Amino acid sequence: MAPSPYPSEKFRLGMLLGDTRYRSTTIQVFAFIVFVSVAFWLVDNTAKNLAALGKEIDFSYLSSRAGYDINQRLIHYTNDSTHARAALVGILNTLLVAFFGCFIATILGLFIGILRLSNNWIIARLTSVYIEGFRNIPVLLWIVMFFAFLTEMTPAPKAFKGADPTSTMVFFDSIAITNRGTYFPMPIFGTGSIYVILTFVLSLVGIVMFLVYARNLQRQSGKILPRFLISFLILCLPSVVVYFLSGTPVSLEYPYLKGFNFKDGVHVRNSFLALTLALGVYTSAYIAELVRSGIQAIHKGQTEAASALGLRPNRVMNLIILPQAIRVIVPPTISQFLNITKNSSLAIAVGYMDVRSTLGGITLNQTGREMESMLLLMVFYLIVSLGISSVIQGFNRAFEIKER
Amino acid sequence: MSNLSYVRIKEIPPSAPPVGQRGIIKWLRENLFSSWLNSILTIFALYFLGHVLSGILPWLFGGNWGASSLRQCRDETGSAACFAVLAVRWKQLIFGFYPGAEYWRPILTFLLMVLALVPILFTRFLRLASLSALFPGLAVWLLWGGSFWPVFCFYLGLFSSVYCFYMLIQKVKLPFQTGFLTSIGVFIVFTVFLSVPIQLVVESLLPLTLPSVESAQFGGFLLSVLLGVTSIAICFPIGILLALGRQSNLPLVTMICVGFIEFVRGVPLITLLFVASVLLNYFLPPGTSFDLILRVLIMLTLFSAAYQAEVIRGGIAALPVGQYEAANSMGLTYWQSQRLIIMPQALKISIPGTTNNFIAIFKDTTLVSIIGLLDPVGMASAIRADQTWNGIYWELFVAIGSLYFIFCFGMSRYSLYLERQLQTDLN
Repeated sequence: MAPSPYPSEKFRLGMLLGDTRYRSTTIQVFAFIVFVSVAFWLVDNTAKNLAALGKEIDFSYLSSRAGYDINQRLIHYTNDSTHARAALVGILNTLLVAFFGCFIATILGLFIGILRLSNNWIIARLTSVYIEGFRNIPVLLWIVMFFAFLTEMTPAPKAFKGADPTSTMVFFDSIAITNRGTYFPMPIFGTGSIYVILTFVLSLVGIVMFLVYARNLQRQSGKILPRFLISFLILCLPSVVVYFLSGTPVSLEYPYLKGFNFKDGVHVRNSFLALTLALGVYTSAYIAELVRSGIQAIHKGQTEAASALGLRPNRVMNLIILPQAIRVIVPPTISQFLNITKNSSLAIAVGYMDVRSTLGGITLNQTGREMESMLLLMVFYLIVSLGISSVIQGFNRAFEIKER
Repeated sequence: MSNLSYVRIKEIPPSAPPVGQRGIIKWLRENLFSSWLNSILTIFALYFLGHVLSGILPWLFGGNWGASSLRQCRDETGSAACFAVLAVRWKQLIFGFYPGAEYWRPILTFLLMVLALVPILFTRFLRLASLSALFPGLAVWLLWGGSFWPVFCFYLGLFSSVYCFYMLIQKVKLPFQTGFLTSIGVFIVFTVFLSVPIQLVVESLLPLTLPSVESAQFGGFLLSVLLGVTSIAICFPIGILLALGRQSNLPLVTMICVGFIEFVRGVPLITLLFVASVLLNYFLPPGTSFDLILRVLIMLTLFSAAYQAEVIRGGIAALPVGQYEAANSMGLTYWQSQRLIIMPQALKISIPGTTNNFIAIFKDTTLVSIIGLLDPVGMASAIRADQTWNGIYWELFVAIGSLYFIFCFGMSRYSLYLERQLQTDLN
């Protein structure tokens, strides 16, 4: 007998839903239709609304005169500059806050996270109060609080005046904390300072080379060099020697009181300080938790195995726990950096001129170009966040556990 | 044996450990002074603690609750806390500009919310959970006022559709899809054709109407809790669907879900809120305009749904692939295996992330103050703008901060409790 033929079932309409061979196509076609019609509906509405208002999508406003001042700018900007330049100033301000916020958050977070694991009862309690306190109160409230602290609780510049002032400058009379901002000394680079800077950069390169050498030495011979001490010496010694050899070319310009305000030095505005400190401190609580949980995530067997091999606790931490914990800690920490960048858009609460306040704030209100401004703003944030997530993926790929 | 001079026939009691090895001294030595570094840390911490507390405690407990303006406070109690602002303005911090005669409504809603949460939060009362479904409608009626009967008719329609579904599946043994679609049909038919006549009839028999309250009058913690609880409740199912979509093997669905999630997670919430307040009207048919609170609520929900999707996706990804294979080999359909095998485990794994997300949502409700809604942070600025309380900062911050802390810390404690409850592996 001939083998029975392959069951050729005739196609019925019901099979579009009931048969798994066709169902996925049905669902996708349905989803596609829904998606396209919703998108069409939105675009159509927008076009109608814009037409009714007599507007059309047009980015030429970016090259017209901005006409407003920005109090903190990293590049040259006057109110005669264009809106595009104002947006650029805002972007740089956002990145500045993000950079310093990440710096503070990382240092503080590492410090607090390690202290959180301390076997000292009172330190462990205090750090957990710190972590829970900052994590459970909204960041906006912290930003406003830091700003209120800096503007309300610090002395006015005139308190520094006179023979017997009520406030004095801190840190060897070099930093003035006032309710108008904090004044730091400004480094002045004289002739010959190029050699000092060059030496400093070279010693940074030297540190990297030394660390690579130390790692290879350890892998090949098991010999461990005092990395921290030697790096520190490489960092400081040559620069200091060159600094004195070239005749102390770098000097500091101290802020001083003139009239009712401080002159010279670097003026850091309270809005910037409040935002950076608040974001840094708030996020440090999250990073501290990441550090703690990352270290605790390493299986206890690792510690026991290392101890069984005769390693001392310090070595166990440096050689066994930390290299493994880094893999757990770093990716979520980088995404916390992304959070800092996104949260810096709360700058409006303290009047700091970030990209949301320039492009998405004053420019938007002055030109009435809501659609274009918000679009550009979102594109900026999306680029930043996609950049950061590609860094995370790169890290994950470089550090993933390679199994056979 | 006679050369034994002495045999102890009674056990002597064990002698006490040395002084350094017992009681409080042992505890101190182990926990505070175990090494010289620890001793330095302890002394430093104690000094720090003493310094901070000596500053804060007199300020906190010497507070003035009776004055009527900041100036009077400063005259009476000097630099101590001026909590009088809370005594005078607490109603605005809690209720915003909700009409004073109707305060019982938000309070009753809050109590009902607590009652409705009990069956959901504590597994012991889980069988009462369907009663909790009555809460949202009641809350809408209580908070916004108006007639009770539209809400009643909505629930009547919902009940008849659920009952119809149950009968079709259990008694008539229709397949799931048919029963589901039929019951949705029943609900639509009821709402479109029957609801309005029923409302009219009952309304004329027994008018049950509360004075209506505008959304613009909502504010303070009422607003935060309203926004927070609603978006938490709605973002969870949407998050599950988005996570399933992202993990599904339908490329088009995956693309749409990934696009949505990555877009929302890539931009700050504040830009989305600005979209809600200035741009949303562009995207809707000309002439539509609806409540700002509703628009904000939609944005907040979508925002948190994207984050929730990522949290749940993490939980799904953490499941060993054997679970899927086992479910498939049992012959379960996609939805059955998700419902019975995958989700119960994935959701359990993602409890910590989910809690963090919920806490983040609740804290993010403060951002609405930037687009001009009067949540507690916005209300604090409004209070400060008043001549009598101009210059008051810390009293308001302490009050607002501690309320947020209570809510958020409570959520994180509950999640630890829930994790313990659902723990199935033995340690």
